[in-house]
Amino acid sequence: MVTTLAPARDVAAEVTDPEMPMLTLEDLGVLRDVREHADDPRRVTVTITPTYSGCPAMATMRDDLVRRLREAGYDPTVEVSLSPAWSSDWITERGRQALRDHGLSAPGPAGPAAGGVGGVGGAGPVPLTLLPVRRAITCPHCGSAATAVTSEFGATACKALYRCTDCLEPFEHVKEI
Amino acid sequence: MSHGTPDPNAATGSVYDGLLEHHDVVGDDSAWAFGTDFEDPLAGVDTTVPDGVDAAELAAYCLMLGDDALVMSHRLSEWASNAPDLEEDIALANTALDLLGQARLLLARAAAADPSVVPALPEGSPVPAEDALAFFREAGDFRNVRLAEVPVGDFAHTVVRLLLFSTARLAVLARLRESRDPVLAAIAAKGVKELTYHRDHAGRWFLTLAQGTDESRRRLLAALDEVWPLHAELVSAHPTETAVAAAGVGVDPSEVAAEVDVVLEQVLAVSGVDRPEKGALAGVRGRTGRHGLHTEHLSRMLAEMQVVARAHPEGLW
Repeated sequence: MVTTLAPARDVAAEVTDPEMPMLTLEDLGVLRDVREHADDPRRVTVTITPTYSGCPAMATMRDDLVRRLREAGYDPTVEVSLSPAWSSDWITERGRQALRDHGLSAPGPAGPAAGGVGGVGGAGPVPLTLLPVRRAITCPHCGSAATAVTSEFGATACKALYRCTDCLEPFEHVKEI
Repeated sequence: MSHGTPDPNAATGSVYDGLLEHHDVVGDDSAWAFGTDFEDPLAGVDTTVPDGVDAAELAAYCLMLGDDALVMSHRLSEWASNAPDLEEDIALANTALDLLGQARLLLARAAAADPSVVPALPEGSPVPAEDALAFFREAGDFRNVRLAEVPVGDFAHTVVRLLLFSTARLAVLARLRESRDPVLAAIAAKGVKELTYHRDHAGRWFLTLAQGTDESRRRLLAALDEVWPLHAELVSAHPTETAVAAAGVGVDPSEVAAEVDVVLEQVLAVSGVDRPEKGALAGVRGRTGRHGLHTEHLSRMLAEMQVVARAHPEGLW
């Protein structure tokens, strides 16, 4: 019997992030590589990278990838890639739109080199920032630019807490890193 | 109302269905809680020790950086549900989580470089190497600086400690990005991004407390006075650090001392706080945290941190 498998890349690309399920791992920039083995077309090696060192969702991401690929007829292995380090710049435009559609604020460019915040530019000492981070972000609920940071740390490692000073709704901002 | 066994085929199931769904995959218990299963945090990463580098020395160095992060993470996590407000509770927990992640990678890297550093466990124990290092070593085997281990004081104490810790660690990891060991370089590159947030956070609180009320300033100055003697250890080199720096895989912390000083001076100046005059906390015959010489507080902290893992060395979590 001849079976045709859906391309492994397509299957893996549909797996969503367990903490921000409006994003696929591909849109989040966590899915680094999907390699089908030439000697055995059922074997596939998927490479993912953590957003943060302590990201507790890594095991769930791996398990979800394994489950979906097995369902599609593959025999998957998931590996970790630490370099280059994940950056919020890797979130795709489709991912940013999905964040906004779900009431989250998408990250700006990361790092002073890119004119952004939070990330780190080239080599050398990292400058200290004692004033609150200034980001030009708008409220995902009402579109107002009058927003204020509540905390640089949120419910998951990748988010900061904000509030809109016009509509007064709180919202989360995916941090630049 | 009683809850019957969820029927996965029912159109409207229970909240447990999401968990049961995963159990279609034989042997996959991961959905029951984060981290219930073990996996190698360095799966697929090439952990070959670079040419001309002593594997035992590299492992010892990874334990130093890893233990700093692990012990500091544990102390910060003691704030969970105790911080001044909910946002701060979350901020400290996030910081602890970042450091725990760094610790896990560094301890795994130590074990991959030199498996002989990992404590022996009963045959068949499922405990991975990094957990064996975290939960089955005695205090004397830990290589963290003493600043990381002293008990949690008031909030000002934590702000001062986090400022000193993250300033020194950020300076070290910024240079470690150039390590000849690609694994250490990668861990450092990610750690730098995280520590930038930690240091800014601590620096802002330092300024806020110093320029806040009389009481906040009094507490900040008292905390600075208490923590300062532990600062020197962060920017002093142990022979292992000197050796790995010479081999191009590590960083000699004494070489970042001036850079750390510039940052601290910036915070002190803007906060209107004088640099403390207290000298460094003495070691014993030159031995400090990096040599495994600790305050009594580390043993007590480890007793609490390790008790459950040690009671069940063959347990699966």
